[in-house]
Amino acid sequence: MNAAAVIRHRLFWPAAVLVLLLAANVFFTPGFLSVELKDGHLYGSLIDIARFGAPLILVAIGMTLVIATGGIDLSVGSVVAISGALACLWITDLDDQQSVGGVLTAVGLALGLALFLGLCNGVLVAGIGIQPIVATLILMVAGRGLAQLITDGQILTVNSAPYKLIGGGYWLTLPFGVLIVAAVLAITAFLTRRMALGLLLESVGGNPVASRLAGIRSRGLIVTVYAFCALCAGIAGLMVSSNVSSADGNNAGLWIELDAILAVVIGGTSLAGGRFSLGGTVLGALVIQTLTTTIYTIGIPPETTLLFKALVVVAVCLLQSPAFREKALNRRRRRPQAAPASADPKVKVPA
Amino acid sequence: MFKRMSALLLVGATVMTMAGCGSGGATSATETGSGSGGGDNKITMGFSQVGAESGWRTANTKSVQESAKTAGIDLKFSDAQQKQENQIKAIRSFIQQKVDVIAFSPVVESGWDTVLKEAKNAKIPVILTDRAVDSQDTSLYKTFLGSDFVEEGKKAGQWLVEEYKDSTETVNIVELQGTTGSAPANDRKAGFAEVIGADAKFKVIASQTGDFTRAKGKEVMEAFLKSNPDIDVLYAHNDDMGLGAIEAIEGAGKVPGKDIKIITVDAVKDGMQALADGKINYIVECSPLLGPQLMDLAKKVVAGEQVPARVVTEETTFTQEQAKEALPSRQY
Repeated sequence: MNAAAVIRHRLFWPAAVLVLLLAANVFFTPGFLSVELKDGHLYGSLIDIARFGAPLILVAIGMTLVIATGGIDLSVGSVVAISGALACLWITDLDDQQSVGGVLTAVGLALGLALFLGLCNGVLVAGIGIQPIVATLILMVAGRGLAQLITDGQILTVNSAPYKLIGGGYWLTLPFGVLIVAAVLAITAFLTRRMALGLLLESVGGNPVASRLAGIRSRGLIVTVYAFCALCAGIAGLMVSSNVSSADGNNAGLWIELDAILAVVIGGTSLAGGRFSLGGTVLGALVIQTLTTTIYTIGIPPETTLLFKALVVVAVCLLQSPAFREKALNRRRRRPQAAPASADPKVKVPA
Repeated sequence: MFKRMSALLLVGATVMTMAGCGSGGATSATETGSGSGGGDNKITMGFSQVGAESGWRTANTKSVQESAKTAGIDLKFSDAQQKQENQIKAIRSFIQQKVDVIAFSPVVESGWDTVLKEAKNAKIPVILTDRAVDSQDTSLYKTFLGSDFVEEGKKAGQWLVEEYKDSTETVNIVELQGTTGSAPANDRKAGFAEVIGADAKFKVIASQTGDFTRAKGKEVMEAFLKSNPDIDVLYAHNDDMGLGAIEAIEGAGKVPGKDIKIITVDAVKDGMQALADGKINYIVECSPLLGPQLMDLAKKVVAGEQVPARVVTEETTFTQEQAKEALPSRQY
């Protein structure tokens, strides 16, 4: 592949921004890229980015599929809070918090509830025909209340080694959360890109009426993607609460829906639906998490953090826009857009 | 038009339902209306609480109720569920019942002049607790009882100065701030900076917001640990951020409380546990237990004695040994 083709690749600019952010970090903190083995697990800033980015990547993967069908899910942040709260509540009631069985039950319950909430979203959208943004807004607002109800407005603290593993532990020197994300990503990529599912989703997102007339059961598909999205959010919620061994109904997953949507957009998935890129989403989520880490390591004062973030995001979006590039960089006219590509095999979670 | 109306109705209905399904009885100020207003010597106090939004607030409510009982004060308690109109209603009902003294934690800062004037005209003294009101006319209330966040920051700084008084080396400090722009975050930062600013050896090498949450505290501390290999002290504006940071420090293979000394503010139960376990070195208390002080003030005010216009909550500080003693009886 020659240089021009690389630059024209859909994910070139987000990737370039990611590299630029990492380079900036290396400039300010020379040892930024070094990864060492400490206490039997990998340790370093890159590991941190992957570990803290894991919940966001998960939520964004679910969001990608929802957006591919032309929908949107605002309730993921609340689902994150609910699932963490329910799991922690169950574990605090256990006689032995170290029991693996008890923790598995807690995880099962939390994910079951998340799945149920996702089904509710899906039914509201596909069955009753409420606009996705409104249907999921209901759960976004009510869900936070539900999470606070579960935790009784307090922060629940657990002391359970098996639960800690999910978001804060390591397995084979790698953060366990990153392994979960890799597994979910692999399964999703397989189902959507090696099976017909991805194509069906895109067709539902592209033109629901035409796809229904072509014999695609769009209703069932839409319910499924909302349930899947909530399930991803549920797992993310377990990670977030397990990472700090506590459940905070007020703050867990607060505004993660916006970060997830941003990750999806940076990854080149169209908000109008009809096509999606899982690799792009992962890249987008990594850009966001790297940006956050960069702010901490470079020491940007908290008062200007949001402005700095906004500037970087605007830059990424502008660079991604062919029309802007054409004008600003005075390039040749772009070629016709390539068909939606399959998930990019080059982009992987740097773990 | 019809659509807009129905949307409004829907919103209204939702709000009503939400208000209705709270703890029941939004303004239950009349629960003990036995006409105890004037006759006997027993003082009657009307207290309007903000709500029950956090563990801190729940402990605050409990403290007021229990200390009223011990002080022999007849308490009429009302929960405003975060709404100013509920509080105003409650205060009006206290005035009608001719209570001896009114105390309340204002939900918001402004909009109190009218109802406080009514209380003044009825010659019922008012005490503010925990939160202040923004009124030009300070004669509307007798006193304001609450925490002084600047003082809390200063106490944290003083411990640090004392701890390192024999050392001449530079002390590298990282700070986890509360939510950007909030009063506790601004004041705790300012108080701390004022005290340690006197000695050039104290250096704040990094300061970021952790939004008062455990998760953010951990995330920010992880980044601090990597960008600043040589951290001596962590100052966190609340216990939760400190607790998150402890996990980050342990993950980095360092020992919290030894390799990195930790100072936090609040003294909630989880924080006290960590202090007793030696993972935190010092906690400055921000206490919700202002009940006993409130009852003292109420008695003085009713007796017509002069009270200072600003009373700071009696707050203490905890070292690791003190935490071990205090932990079993910790209420929140």
